[in-house]
Amino acid sequence: MKHVKKFVAVALMCTAAALAPVTAKAETPADTLIQAWSIDDVISLDPAEVFEFTASEVLGNAYQGLIGYNVKDVSEIFGVIAEKWEVSADGKTFTFTIRPGMKFASGNPITAEDAVYSLQRAIKLDKSPAFILTQFGFSADNVDAMIRKTGDMTFEFEMDKPYAPTLVLYCLTATVGFIVDSELVKSHEADGDFGYNWLKTNYAGSGAFTIRDWRANEAIVLERNDNYSGEAPPMARAIYRHIPETATQRLLLEQGDIDIARNVGAEEITALSDNPDIVVESGVKGSIYYLGLNQKNENLAKPQVRQAMKYLVDYATIADTIMKGKVIPHQAFLPLGFLGALEDTPFSLNVEKAKELLAEAGLPDGFTVTMDTRNTPEITAMGQAIQQTMAMAGIKMELIPGDGQQTLTKYRARNHDIYIGRWGPDYQDPHTNADTFARNPDNSDDAASKPLAWRNAWDIPEMTLKADAAILEADAAKRAQMYIDLQTEHQQTSPFVIMFQEIEVLARRKNVEGFVVGPSFNDNSFKAVTK
Amino acid sequence: MSIGASRQSLGEWLQSEQPASRRQARLGQAWRTWRLFTGNRLGMIGLAIVLLLVLVAIFADVIAPYDPLLGGDLRTMRLLPPSMDHLMGTDDLARDIFSRVVHGARLTLMVVALVAIIATPIGLLVGTVSGYFGGWVDTVLMRVTDIFLAFPRLILALAFVAALGPGIENAIIAIAITSWPPYARLARAETLTIRNAEHIDAIRLQGASSGRIIWGHVVPLCLSSVIIRVTLDMAGIILTAAGLGFLGLGAQPPQPEWGAMIAGGRRFIIDYWWVATMPGIAIFTVSLGFNLLGDGLRDVLDPKAGK
Amino acid sequence: MATALAEGRSRALPAFLGKTVRLLATIAVTILGLLVVTFLIGRVVPVDPVLAVVGDRASQSTYDKAFVELGLDRPLYVQFGLYVEKAVTGDFGQSMLTKKPIIDDIARAFPATLELATVAILIGTLFGIPVGVWAAVRQGKLVDQVVRIVGLMGYSAPIFWLGLLGLLVFYAKWGIVAGPGRIDISYEYAFTPTTGLFLLDTAMQGQWGAFRNVVSHIALPASLLGYFSMAYIARMTRSFMLNELAQEYVVTARVKGVAEWRIIWVHALRNAAVPLVTVVTLSYASLLEGSVLTETVFAWPGLGQYLTNSLQNADMNAVLGGTLLIGIIFVGLNLLSDFLYTVLDPRVRRRA
Repeated sequence: MKHVKKFVAVALMCTAAALAPVTAKAETPADTLIQAWSIDDVISLDPAEVFEFTASEVLGNAYQGLIGYNVKDVSEIFGVIAEKWEVSADGKTFTFTIRPGMKFASGNPITAEDAVYSLQRAIKLDKSPAFILTQFGFSADNVDAMIRKTGDMTFEFEMDKPYAPTLVLYCLTATVGFIVDSELVKSHEADGDFGYNWLKTNYAGSGAFTIRDWRANEAIVLERNDNYSGEAPPMARAIYRHIPETATQRLLLEQGDIDIARNVGAEEITALSDNPDIVVESGVKGSIYYLGLNQKNENLAKPQVRQAMKYLVDYATIADTIMKGKVIPHQAFLPLGFLGALEDTPFSLNVEKAKELLAEAGLPDGFTVTMDTRNTPEITAMGQAIQQTMAMAGIKMELIPGDGQQTLTKYRARNHDIYIGRWGPDYQDPHTNADTFARNPDNSDDAASKPLAWRNAWDIPEMTLKADAAILEADAAKRAQMYIDLQTEHQQTSPFVIMFQEIEVLARRKNVEGFVVGPSFNDNSFKAVTK
Repeated sequence: MSIGASRQSLGEWLQSEQPASRRQARLGQAWRTWRLFTGNRLGMIGLAIVLLLVLVAIFADVIAPYDPLLGGDLRTMRLLPPSMDHLMGTDDLARDIFSRVVHGARLTLMVVALVAIIATPIGLLVGTVSGYFGGWVDTVLMRVTDIFLAFPRLILALAFVAALGPGIENAIIAIAITSWPPYARLARAETLTIRNAEHIDAIRLQGASSGRIIWGHVVPLCLSSVIIRVTLDMAGIILTAAGLGFLGLGAQPPQPEWGAMIAGGRRFIIDYWWVATMPGIAIFTVSLGFNLLGDGLRDVLDPKAGK
Repeated sequence: MATALAEGRSRALPAFLGKTVRLLATIAVTILGLLVVTFLIGRVVPVDPVLAVVGDRASQSTYDKAFVELGLDRPLYVQFGLYVEKAVTGDFGQSMLTKKPIIDDIARAFPATLELATVAILIGTLFGIPVGVWAAVRQGKLVDQVVRIVGLMGYSAPIFWLGLLGLLVFYAKWGIVAGPGRIDISYEYAFTPTTGLFLLDTAMQGQWGAFRNVVSHIALPASLLGYFSMAYIARMTRSFMLNELAQEYVVTARVKGVAEWRIIWVHALRNAAVPLVTVVTLSYASLLEGSVLTETVFAWPGLGQYLTNSLQNADMNAVLGGTLLIGIIFVGLNLLSDFLYTVLDPRVRRRA
């Protein structure tokens, strides 16, 4: 038996040795920025295809577009790769001039050829974000004629209608409008794919950083671009590490294993704000949380019921507790910071009022309804809180959870009763949200486009015309008023219970400074980060 | 029942060396097994835990001091630590965790019971048919069984739940679908040993149909060993269900399923350890109970394996 | 498989080889079955795979194009036929999520799982066997009872829960092990992952700092998994040892005056080792396939996590490829354990 004991003792010692504290207080390298973020949404690095939050941010730091805006005041638009532009008298043609002397990371000079190639490429590839450009009347067939090079450094951009200039310019700030190195991409073309198969995992840009490596669900590595035309970034390398759990991110941050935690929950915000080594920062994002009430459901189709539901969400309490620091109450479809955003919040929890409205609708005892709920912790928690307040007025709401793809599949097939969703604008112009919340050109089941209004079977021919009119108004002040009117009507009549606007929160080590949280994801910038 | 039995004490009747009927013999056998089992201390603890689970599940409404689904005031009652008012604290939606754990016992019991009810007959049917007929029927059925066995169990369950949609019912179906193959193997092995037994031959000669023979004579003989095996698997079933719940594929919020509760509390584990810890203790206790019970049963019924 | 293998156990080696051919046919059928089942599951998943590719905002024309590119416009049996045809040549297609060939994805995820499972099975075996022997020798005594209870506790605890608590205590509170993931970011580029097994890579390249970091990362998840397999191995060892210790040769040896430790550790354990090999191989197989939950809790970029992630996104190419690989490993290890059994079992050898 002695031997057994000896053996066990040795084995224990080996384990103890292996387990011995080897993690002296970790520190990240001085010239490397390490961020923890859930990067599982990245499916491509090609500007013509990227549409997801993470990849947008990566491209925002690695590519440049023709146009940019001040992230503090988005109405201040300026040229980036474009030095200047002119609009023709009929408002249909933009003439852009490329800024001279700029280079891609590869060393190739940036010319009009690259700009034209990039825009034509995005339209011809016709990936998810292509509609941002094609909505101006472009198609694979006509784009060669409509977007044309007129000189080494100039090109024309001709649309089918005189759209509001700000709409056009904002659309060009989206990642789909980023300029790729045409020479480099062409060298990787195969079977007329415009280099798509190569670029989705590679890099051909001119931004402050180059993308060195992307390992799905693991990491994205960026390195300083020595050919960058702007001020050289202080960090030689920036790494995104895929960490899906907020609690884990917080631990890593507290241990000093990372510089910035990008997914921070309400509880982490509270806990981290007491830590002297850590600073919590936030910026208002354009995403909106809302409930979509399917008008195919006969109860939800009643105007009084829709109105009653708007009184059955405890906006203030949710924003102060389970979503503390993550959202602010907001009840119009344009997020704050957008041209013409409506700031009124006429609704608050009012069970009596809701009961009156339900009685008016002939449903004094309430009714039973389901809500498709994405199974992320935050959406689930909000869904359950809403479930509780709905119950106060007799509305028995059953939650049907599913993962993102499942709930979305159902939503797009209009098979839901209520859908609790989050919608982020695609570009900085008000049309992006008006287009989906307040336009429904064809409410038939096989409609070609499926905006949110369509998904909730809300047939609104008149409102659609109003939204259409707003995109052709060149005068910014008049246009803003058109959107305010549209939202005021929408707020009262629509089957959307718009609840919150998202705040993006990050937590950083105290010494890591200079991260900019912009209004959209491709505005988030670590170009100037120092540590 | 024999008339004589009424004059004896029940204990004597059960322990009679000369049972007067088959029923008496069987009951007597059960009695002796029970006596043996009561001597197994760990087994009795297991049995007590399982009985406690059943009682808690039945009387959940009485035991739980609060509503398991409706929370209190979000502003003042969230994430409270364990106290006399809230024995296990409250969660992020201001719900009493103790009440949720108590109601969760129902879900756990339901999962275990339904999986047993679904998987046992499938396993029995496939196994007995396969063993009784032999030949190509056997080959085909056993090949199918092998395919299911070659799958990693949790991954197969995951795949089924993904296909059927998350939810406790689908989790039960998925677990049942992945649980039956071992029972089929067991039933087949048992069937092989008895299919050519004389009394089966006799019944066959009397012209009974195959279905009748399998159902009436083969299945009952295989039943006891399969049931023991199912009992031994119950802890595994609970853990699989909790694992599915944890991955968000089993019971869905707001249902107080223990695995899903751990997943929900995971976000808060650093500052509010009780949210994830309490349901974990519940899972651990109950599955330990089933394991102790199964272990004790094995000792009693299958002395070879235990000692 | 198990019966086919079990039947093979008592045969001699040549018979075993003859049987291998039949076994291979069986394996082929089984794997085809695996494919059919996963493929069908993939097609009834209520998720639109096109959405996973193009996202929610894409225009209808974009959507339609992707639908055709994915081959979803063809009849099911054609889709399946094409898949099998390609799979035979080692081409499992491309992952919709990572845009890389499945085989590359798996080649990257698998070493992580392999490393974790290997360390875990080493822990499980090194502790499980001596503990099991000890319990058998002291049958019914306190040690036996303790081993039994500790083992049953291992069977009873949800691993994801233990993992969470372990991280909370050992990493967050005490800081004696590293956190989730395989390696700290600062060490990530200190070496080239030639084998993908970080312990091996760092050691071979002499990166001892990185090596210690990898050890510190793997310690907790591997110990947990190791505990679970230890519980099983110890239990089986105990049972085999009891069986051996009751044999006549043990009595004979005792009568002859052979030292007790020799009887236990040499004579009895050598015989018990034969069935133990099967037990260890099978629990290794279940570690390879069954660490989905552990990988989730510890953010371990292995096969389990890859499969779960792919499943949730209806990335069926990835699911099929991953499942197939796991199926093959499982079948392969079964075969291996059977082979070892035949080689090791003195009775089988004697007859041959």
